[in-house]
Amino acid sequence: MSTNVPVETTVDHRAPLFKRLPVISHFNKSVGLQRGMLVIGLVLTGTFLLTAIFAPLIAPYGYAQLSDADGSFPTQEPPGGKHLWGTTVGGYDVLSRVVWGSQTAVLVIVVAVVLSIFAGVILGLVSGYMGGWLDRILVVVADAIYAFPSLLVAIVMAIVISGGQSSLFGGVLAAAISITVVFIPQYFRVIRAETIRLKAEPFVESAKVVGASSIRIMSRHIYGNATRTLPLIFTLNASEAILTLAGLGFLGFGIEPSSAAEWGFDLNKALADTTSGIWWTGVFPGLAIVWTVLGLTLVGESINDLNDPRLRGRKKAASGKGGPDSTAAAQAAVAAEVRGS
Amino acid sequence: MTTLIEAPPTDADGLLPSKKKKSGGGLGEYIMIRFLLIFPTIFILVTMVFFLMRITGDPITAAMGGRLPPEQLQERIHAAGYDRPLLIQYFEYLAQLATGNFGTTLSDNRKVTEMLATYGSATLELTINALIVALLVGIPFGMIAAHRRDHLPDAVLRVFAILCYATPVFFAGLLLKLTFSVWLGWLPVAGRAKTSSELALTALQAPTGIYWLDAIRSGNMAALGDVMAHAVLPATALGLLTAGIFLRLVRTNVIGTLGRDYIEAGRSRGVSEFRLVTKHAYKPALIPIITVMGLQIAVMLGGAVLTEKTFEWQGLGFQLANYLTARDFVAVQGIVVLLAVIVAVTNFIVDIVAALIDPRVRY
Repeated sequence: MSTNVPVETTVDHRAPLFKRLPVISHFNKSVGLQRGMLVIGLVLTGTFLLTAIFAPLIAPYGYAQLSDADGSFPTQEPPGGKHLWGTTVGGYDVLSRVVWGSQTAVLVIVVAVVLSIFAGVILGLVSGYMGGWLDRILVVVADAIYAFPSLLVAIVMAIVISGGQSSLFGGVLAAAISITVVFIPQYFRVIRAETIRLKAEPFVESAKVVGASSIRIMSRHIYGNATRTLPLIFTLNASEAILTLAGLGFLGFGIEPSSAAEWGFDLNKALADTTSGIWWTGVFPGLAIVWTVLGLTLVGESINDLNDPRLRGRKKAASGKGGPDSTAAAQAAVAAEVRGS
Repeated sequence: MTTLIEAPPTDADGLLPSKKKKSGGGLGEYIMIRFLLIFPTIFILVTMVFFLMRITGDPITAAMGGRLPPEQLQERIHAAGYDRPLLIQYFEYLAQLATGNFGTTLSDNRKVTEMLATYGSATLELTINALIVALLVGIPFGMIAAHRRDHLPDAVLRVFAILCYATPVFFAGLLLKLTFSVWLGWLPVAGRAKTSSELALTALQAPTGIYWLDAIRSGNMAALGDVMAHAVLPATALGLLTAGIFLRLVRTNVIGTLGRDYIEAGRSRGVSEFRLVTKHAYKPALIPIITVMGLQIAVMLGGAVLTEKTFEWQGLGFQLANYLTARDFVAVQGIVVLLAVIVAVTNFIVDIVAALIDPRVRY
């Protein structure tokens, strides 16, 4: 992993176009501790992505490889020698599985987030713009799913889709769809609220007067304005997607070990090892999860803070609004719920 | 929670502009609307789980498929009525639920209500313990972070908070187990209690099912120690997840309050910075915690499933995973209904408390 070039070095080129790119403009806005957190997040996320891309080059063995030219791999071999991070009870090479696991994680994140943005944005736009009974039903259903423990929703979906276990493609898809179901309500809420706000704006009204169709207004006038907050939700959800995937794998509703490497599943198998003091089977995949989630969270949080002028000006005194405003913010969802239905 | 209710944010100094913004509808109306909203939530979840579970097939095939010859299988499916139209089954199921009849589990033939009571109390105990850990860690550390804002303690605590979020419960549990049970040998590896204390506690008259409560009631100190030793690691693993969120919440809110006029007034009168944080600024900061605590219940129940699996804690989550593997739909539906009720009712209570504290919410 030491061979990876840290991502933030590109930031030093002060090309005008670079400055306007999302993460780089945020970097330039940041100072001190905040910049440190953003940089650490970028480095962690960068290594994660590079590991996923170059997994075939980095991993010494295949994720399901049990033997090489010298014969079968030993089981539960401590780290060192041929197997840098040891082997599991089944004879898998821990390092290889951790490296390949990053690929599975990226796949699931991308599929899950793309699917949920797609579904959530469309539902949110239609629901917010059209209103009426459709809106009411969608809001109540979204709120019900949103309130329920997301992992349990994902488990039920995983069972329905794949019967619990499946191949790489099927498994990734099943896990991604399970996570999608959890995320749709979040995107739905954000987009719907924005749409309702934008619906009353003069430019929508003028489009109506000119004779634009509902679909055109939604896709051209509201869509672009309502989706500004999405990159932020994306980074925050990406980390949640990893945790959900790992949770599914840990409970045994994830992807089969022979079809893909998945960190949560490895931790499930490692649980029995801990009692006999075998630490390497669990600690490495676990650290991989923490590494990735930490990186994505740090990036997401930093962008969030930098987008909010009140949180950005770090050295200045607090604006004196924090207390009650945050209370109101926490309760805004509740209020929206009551009003919406 | 009652002590927190007594501290509305505006009364802390009496200097803030009074909020008498009239916004239609009284508290009573708000409570009524909010109460009625419980039912659609539960109803939708029950409906969803029912149909989703039926998509995968009927419970008998799922549980017995392969173990019985096809004719016998058909017979049993017919006897149980699973070959009738789905809608009829659905309405029958709803009617059953309305009378409080959850049915009997397919895999181990127990009454679902009984099963829920047994394992529910275990999950309740775990959640309470975890909540205690979360509050004990989150509130003081959040106050320290706010007090030492932008200095080393703040940076360390903020990283700690993010780490709490980034570490999956089961990995935290695995590390705790590895360190304190296997290497140091201080605490038991798994389970809720030793067999001996478990027997002593379940033999009690009208046990609550929450072991430490039962142990205290019966004065069985040996059992209490044993139960506590078993409870520490799971509670820590699950509690840290929420502790990070509480920590950040308290920090942000205390920092917000520290910039207020009445704090400035206190500062000018020579009140020490430490006292300002611990005495004056923290109360308004605790109120959002109530709201978030309600939202966290769902997170905690989800985390409880993973924690219980990690520590072989015989609770709802542990059983849910087992029942799902066995495709015992009746049991799964029962557990989901119970969880849905818990989540809906908690959110209701939290909303009411929030409305009592802060009148701006009611509209």
